[in-house]
Amino acid sequence: MSFSRSVSNTLFRHPNWFLVILLAPPLLWLGVAYLGSLSVFLFHAFFSIDEFSGFIKYELTLATFAELFRLSNFDVIIRSLVMATAVTLASVVIAFPFAYFAARYARGKWKALFYILVMLPLWSSYLVKVYAWKLILAKEGIISWLAGELHLTWALDALLAIPVIGGPSLSISFLGTFLVFVYVWLPFMILPTQAALERVPVSFIDASSDLGGTPAQTFRHVIFPLALPGIIAGSIFTFSLTLGDYIIPQIIGNSSYFLGQAVYSLQGTAGNIPLAAAFTVVPIVIMGFYLAIAKRMGAFDAL
Amino acid sequence: MRSEGSPLLLKIAALACVAFLHVPLLLIFLYAFTTEEKSFQFPPPGYTTKWFGVVWERQDIWDAIGLSVKVAGIATVLALILGTCAAAAISRAKFFGRDHISLLFILPIALPGIVTGIALRSTFGIMDIPFSTWTIVLGHTTFCMVVVYNNVLARFRRTSGSMIEASMDLGADGFQTFRYVVLPQIASALLAGGMLAFALSFDEVIVTTFTAGQQSTLPIWMLNELIRPRQRPITNVVAIFVIAVTFIPILAAYYLTREGEHTAGAGK
Repeated sequence: MSFSRSVSNTLFRHPNWFLVILLAPPLLWLGVAYLGSLSVFLFHAFFSIDEFSGFIKYELTLATFAELFRLSNFDVIIRSLVMATAVTLASVVIAFPFAYFAARYARGKWKALFYILVMLPLWSSYLVKVYAWKLILAKEGIISWLAGELHLTWALDALLAIPVIGGPSLSISFLGTFLVFVYVWLPFMILPTQAALERVPVSFIDASSDLGGTPAQTFRHVIFPLALPGIIAGSIFTFSLTLGDYIIPQIIGNSSYFLGQAVYSLQGTAGNIPLAAAFTVVPIVIMGFYLAIAKRMGAFDAL
Repeated sequence: MRSEGSPLLLKIAALACVAFLHVPLLLIFLYAFTTEEKSFQFPPPGYTTKWFGVVWERQDIWDAIGLSVKVAGIATVLALILGTCAAAAISRAKFFGRDHISLLFILPIALPGIVTGIALRSTFGIMDIPFSTWTIVLGHTTFCMVVVYNNVLARFRRTSGSMIEASMDLGADGFQTFRYVVLPQIASALLAGGMLAFALSFDEVIVTTFTAGQQSTLPIWMLNELIRPRQRPITNVVAIFVIAVTFIPILAAYYLTREGEHTAGAGK
């Protein structure tokens, strides 16, 4: 009996050994390299930094977490949460008509085309997408040009004059940051929403209108509730990805920090690993709650 | 009564959404031919193809492409092996802690990339591991594995285990069964998962900023240009190149997996 045959026979007789052999490499990789790194890093949040020497003090403390509530740090958390919420709501509004159209009216070849039209921007390079918006939002870019051609420069100026969300140009304002976030994460909202809408039986809509429901009532009481799990599933992506991103606000936006940027600069130039770890705990905790609520509302069945 | 055609307003909203998704990418193609070097002026004052030649001559860009291809290649091979093992174990067997392990397998994609990156960076720091190609590969394999896992798991769920038993009953050993029965069943899922993993790694920037040190992959090169634009026309051409390199595997993966499943794009 050949060696390979005896090995495979042994494994066939002992399925548990086989299972261990299959599971060991990926588990070691993710369990040790990934989860191990993550736990060690996050545990640093319970340490603090010595204000004089700048070294990490290895004594357990909650002082670093308390620092998150200092005004300048808490600002960052609130700003990120507001941005993530705004981006999620805007994505729902833009994604829904497209998803509804693709789910209800597109057939055959058109359906495949719509799918590809969403997949291409979803999978195309993240940096290229951000770069495209740098071209668009620049002061000398296409939006300013369009506004000039349409004699709407005053409207653009008025928009930019709005305190907080405005700025000297679109590429240096929260408005610009917001637009890029919506653009980059929109496909993540479209796909699950469309999937949920496709499962809404046409007979339900017919029944609603047969029973005297106006289109608006049918939408509010039949279509929207049935699509909601899909929308929530999509919002998990838009919300979580906005919360953790640190590249977009760095390239398009004013100089105020979002969560990801705070973490990046704290672990890099500032060298404050404990506070960086504490900041990292924030999106993880927020997403934990978010996922728990989403699960309760049936979003996971819609994925 | 439900009208058969779509309402005009809905049509317009859907088309506007398509335009919103695609016009920005098309603009980059236009900008690659602009004669303007110092700003993002629209409309471009003139058109030229000279930037393609300039990029061709640039050694730093070739080096960045070389490193990106190398990293993506190694990470894809590792991800294929690890992801397939994981998918085979999770799909075939029921064992204690299976649900927790399957959660662990999607965690690197569920948590923001910055969390993965910073955790690895701090471990490299603690263990005094110097930055190298392998530190980048380590980070990339972690999330590429998840893509392969998702694709292959979906395929395993649709194929029946009885084929494997039949093969063994007929006297094939485990390796023959793998080669002649299992592999043909999952081949297209492997190919699709592998191509998506490659595209994902080739394009990855967030984890890479933490694990690359001074090395420059193509996305890192682009990121530096984005933060401090110095060579705008060259960046435009590189952007087109990146679009081309990622689009081809995506379209190919779509055609390989479209028979009744959507996992190819489920979560990035």
